[in-house]
Amino acid sequence: MADAQDSARTILVAGGGIAGLSAAVEAAEAGFSVVLVEREPFLGGRVARMNKYFPKLCPPQCGLEINFRRIRNNPLIQVMTMSEVEKIEGEAGNFTVAIRVRPRFVNEKCTACGKCSEAAQTSIPNLFNSGLSSVKAAYLPHEFAYPMRYVIAPEVIGTPEAKAIEAACAYGAVETDMAAKSVEVKAGAIIWATGWTPFDISAISYYGAGKYRNVVSNAVMERLASANGPFKGVISRPSDGKQVKKIAFVQCAGSRDENNLPYCSSVCCLASLKQATYLLDQEPEAEVSIFYIDVRALGRHEGFFDKVRQDKRVTLVKGKPGEITEDPQTGMVTVQVENQETGKILKDQYDLVVLAAGMVPSTAGQKIPAPAVAYDEYGFVLSNGQTQGIIGAGCNRRPADVSSTVQDATAAVLKAIQACRR
Amino acid sequence: MEKKIGVYICSGCGIGESIDPEALSAVAGEHSAAVCRTDPFLCGAESLARIKADIESEGVNSIVIAACSPRVMTDVFDFPPDKVLERVNLREQVAWCQPAGEEDTLMMAEDALRMGLVRLKESQPPEPFIAEDFSKKILVVGGGLTGMTAALEAARAGYETILVEKEEKLGGYVKDVYRLPPCDPPYENLLDFNLEDLTAKLSSEPGVKVYTGAMVASVSGAPCMFDVEIGQNGATSSERVGAIVLATGSVPYDASKLTSLSYGTSPDIITARDLEVMFKGGDVKRPSNGQPVGSVAFVLCAGSRDPEHLPYCSSACCVESLKQARYFKEANPETPVYIFYKDIRSTGNYELLYKQLQKDGVIFVRGGVTGIDDDGSGALVITSDDVLTGSPIMSESVDLVVLATGMVPTSALGEPFKVQAPQEGAPAPVASDAILVSNLLNLKYRQGPELPGLEYGFPDSHFICFPYESRRTGIYPAGTVRAPMDYQQAGTDAMGAALKAIQCVEMVSAGKAVHPRAGDQSYPEFFMQRCTQCKRCTEECPFGAINEDEKANPLPNPTRCRRCGVCMGACPERIISFKNYSVGMIGNMIKTINVPDEYDEKPRLLVLACENDAYPALDMAGISGLSYNPWVRIIPVRCLGSVNLVWIADALSKGIDGIFLLGCRHGNDYQCHFIKGSELANTRMTKIQETLDRLALESDRVKMEQVAITDFNLIPKILDDFAEKVNSLGPNPYKGF
Repeated sequence: MADAQDSARTILVAGGGIAGLSAAVEAAEAGFSVVLVEREPFLGGRVARMNKYFPKLCPPQCGLEINFRRIRNNPLIQVMTMSEVEKIEGEAGNFTVAIRVRPRFVNEKCTACGKCSEAAQTSIPNLFNSGLSSVKAAYLPHEFAYPMRYVIAPEVIGTPEAKAIEAACAYGAVETDMAAKSVEVKAGAIIWATGWTPFDISAISYYGAGKYRNVVSNAVMERLASANGPFKGVISRPSDGKQVKKIAFVQCAGSRDENNLPYCSSVCCLASLKQATYLLDQEPEAEVSIFYIDVRALGRHEGFFDKVRQDKRVTLVKGKPGEITEDPQTGMVTVQVENQETGKILKDQYDLVVLAAGMVPSTAGQKIPAPAVAYDEYGFVLSNGQTQGIIGAGCNRRPADVSSTVQDATAAVLKAIQACRR
Repeated sequence: MEKKIGVYICSGCGIGESIDPEALSAVAGEHSAAVCRTDPFLCGAESLARIKADIESEGVNSIVIAACSPRVMTDVFDFPPDKVLERVNLREQVAWCQPAGEEDTLMMAEDALRMGLVRLKESQPPEPFIAEDFSKKILVVGGGLTGMTAALEAARAGYETILVEKEEKLGGYVKDVYRLPPCDPPYENLLDFNLEDLTAKLSSEPGVKVYTGAMVASVSGAPCMFDVEIGQNGATSSERVGAIVLATGSVPYDASKLTSLSYGTSPDIITARDLEVMFKGGDVKRPSNGQPVGSVAFVLCAGSRDPEHLPYCSSACCVESLKQARYFKEANPETPVYIFYKDIRSTGNYELLYKQLQKDGVIFVRGGVTGIDDDGSGALVITSDDVLTGSPIMSESVDLVVLATGMVPTSALGEPFKVQAPQEGAPAPVASDAILVSNLLNLKYRQGPELPGLEYGFPDSHFICFPYESRRTGIYPAGTVRAPMDYQQAGTDAMGAALKAIQCVEMVSAGKAVHPRAGDQSYPEFFMQRCTQCKRCTEECPFGAINEDEKANPLPNPTRCRRCGVCMGACPERIISFKNYSVGMIGNMIKTINVPDEYDEKPRLLVLACENDAYPALDMAGISGLSYNPWVRIIPVRCLGSVNLVWIADALSKGIDGIFLLGCRHGNDYQCHFIKGSELANTRMTKIQETLDRLALESDRVKMEQVAITDFNLIPKILDDFAEKVNSLGPNPYKGF
């Protein structure tokens, strides 16, 4: 652990998703000490919740596992979970960073044996599955969680149940009196990689998200298709668990829309094409409709687009749906759209409608707690801020897919090293 | 080193309820462990203190931790590097996936411990490979935007940098670029670009040495010891460097092949680059008659997204054409500008530029262009299949047509490099990957002079998770040679690749491997007296790490090595070993498995599992409380490519009934972290199955399956099905011999 650290050779990375994780391991392997600060109880962020990556349709856990191994093997990396940066003071080469650590109520003695979970009675919504399933109040965030350590939900703290959970642990790992604490870290540079959140699709009132259970975001679709998701990977309707056969993807749900996100979110076209394959691969009678403005499959992704559109079960329609409604009895969702190529109005029913929600940088809501960081009007971090040495990376800087995010995070490390030399 | 073994068995986390620790202690005794302790909380402070005391006072230097998976508690079971540590996975892969208290469960645990003890005995602490004349300099090949940025930024991070550019003046493609697309709010205004400024920064940066009008004549050696010959003005300079950024960029697709777009029929049909040169020179006029351009049409995807030409999308041309359309609108808002397109791919904030041009009155026509013809007056009309109306439409006459030609990476140019023909009688080598003689690096590598490509001629890599990792250690492609990209992305890419180069020289100079076994200090050693010059190791290394002398002896380059062990798997003479991983070691682990005789009806199945994906999946099955066949005995391997066929023979002659290889997906969408490992294993298995059939031993006893790390829920069925199949064949006839 990097306790007695040379602060000028320490890089603090905020955010433990694919951007922050990549930045942390790349920096440490270049010889720098790294403090990786993650808000959730585990690393991996949004990619840990994804079923597969495009265009290879391979599981994100595969690359994450390699990165976790790089962390385990590298004593220069200190991982702080359930932690958030509260305040940054100082300048490039000499920052002082205040970090708030929320209590996990489980210490490092945890062996992940699971006895605490057996003792827990209360169920809470499973946020890893977007709340579509529940977990016990003592839980492992997911099967591949790193660090592999349980969490006790604050909901049960102070109850007799918490005492029972504590008593069930043979290793003294449960500490129900654990308190939040503040930690101070010195660093030469800061990489800000807190990622993105899906655009709040309930803001598009005519699409009915939030109101209709079978109208979901693309982020939720990843969980519906995952083997460790709420339906064990069999894509089913949230309303009644009925297996999905007919699905519609509505592109640019929020993006490229002056009333919502004027920019293009860059990844949603490919994400929907990928999600189409989830259903095509498991349901021979699948019917997939994709409503789009332009299909933006850049570079080698064009080949993937080709492969998907050649499947006879896929229909691509240029057009932006005007209205979506759900039948309260059957749960079937009706989409109405004008096909811009034919001028015809189409109206059809689907088991499930996936809204390709755009990317909103986390920095649109939660700004970097430091003076003089510049943002554009959408909340993306600009590189020309007054404070040198605070470097935005990944989707804090622009909407990007995983590969571009890794590219950006790696580049951010070089800027951080330069800042440390000041 | 004289080994004094301490065996520490954990009975916590349900292990004690599942397996009798006394029986395991007996196994430790058989292997003459000096110390053997059982603890109900082995990762607890007291227990760790006892282990440390045993190390200090009893002289224990070889430690077996028989407890949880080696994937967890690594920070707890962390001992000094001169000690040998072996983790035996009793928890996830025995206690948590087998019924408690059963005889079969205990036998599984006993075999796991036996195998761990053998591995420990045959393992030595690695000695890092460090040479005296290591260099940490960075060579950047290609002096365009990417290369200039990489050289400048690496130098600013404190590393000496050498930049080689083939032309007399730096800049590459951007020499002719007038302005850049917007990258600052409000994302609507074009940016001025000052190449002179960038050149000046580069020349005033200490630590940057620039060769212009120069080519890389050859690169020999390996990371931290690359010897580079640079040809310039007929002379040759030599430089020793540590790592290389390949930034040779791309060339516009050859427009003369675009006959369907009438290129060449009129001087007023030009490429995007031609137009950029005109604006840069301040001399925009119709090539045919020197008159001003009163109207213009842009044709997108000229060559790109076209199976006849470039099947991929060139990523930057939409935005580049929007930018050029804006040139015209800025000069004269009344100029009619048409854009013929398939999809407008202005991702991210470039969408705002697209919006701006819609406001500017640019006319966007969606559909495939089917012809560009003279209208009889010298102007041009464009015919397209308009998807909105479904019928061919003809445009108004325009003065100029600009074809947005795509990007061809410089790595895709050149003839295929032919691998030397194999020796007569030797088995045919596995299909070599496309290496083209493209005169970029001229590597003196046995497998060929450039980076191996994947689809479309772009350098092969794990382009999603680890985009910079090429198949030549220490060589990092960046910019449009790596993938089609725009200016902004190329600048970012340059910095990323520069960081990877810096990281490489730091890791290698400390004797450590780079990705994916980052930090590994072991490397393969060759016992040359027994080498038969069969060339399998030199041909099959996915990273081209091994050269050959004129007598076909392998010449290993430890700093090029990624430590996968594919060479070890390939070698029929078994002369390639790591200090802590060898053919003999795994062979002896197999031989230590207790194989009951056939009347016990306890078949044994050997599972060789890729440690990166299959092994974690097996762990996850245990964590998820799934149970599987108790006959399996799992040995993790660095990569299935490191599986030596002699292990199959070892297992069969030992009486083991079935051998199952679990590894990663191969093919174009491969998941193998060593790129070719699982594919090579597959090829080798096909061959061994033929041999088994010849020996009248059922080939179904040996099987390979591709599993992903997330297939843990399928693991029980995969293993049970195999067990059933093997059981149906009856016992291995060699059992008991």
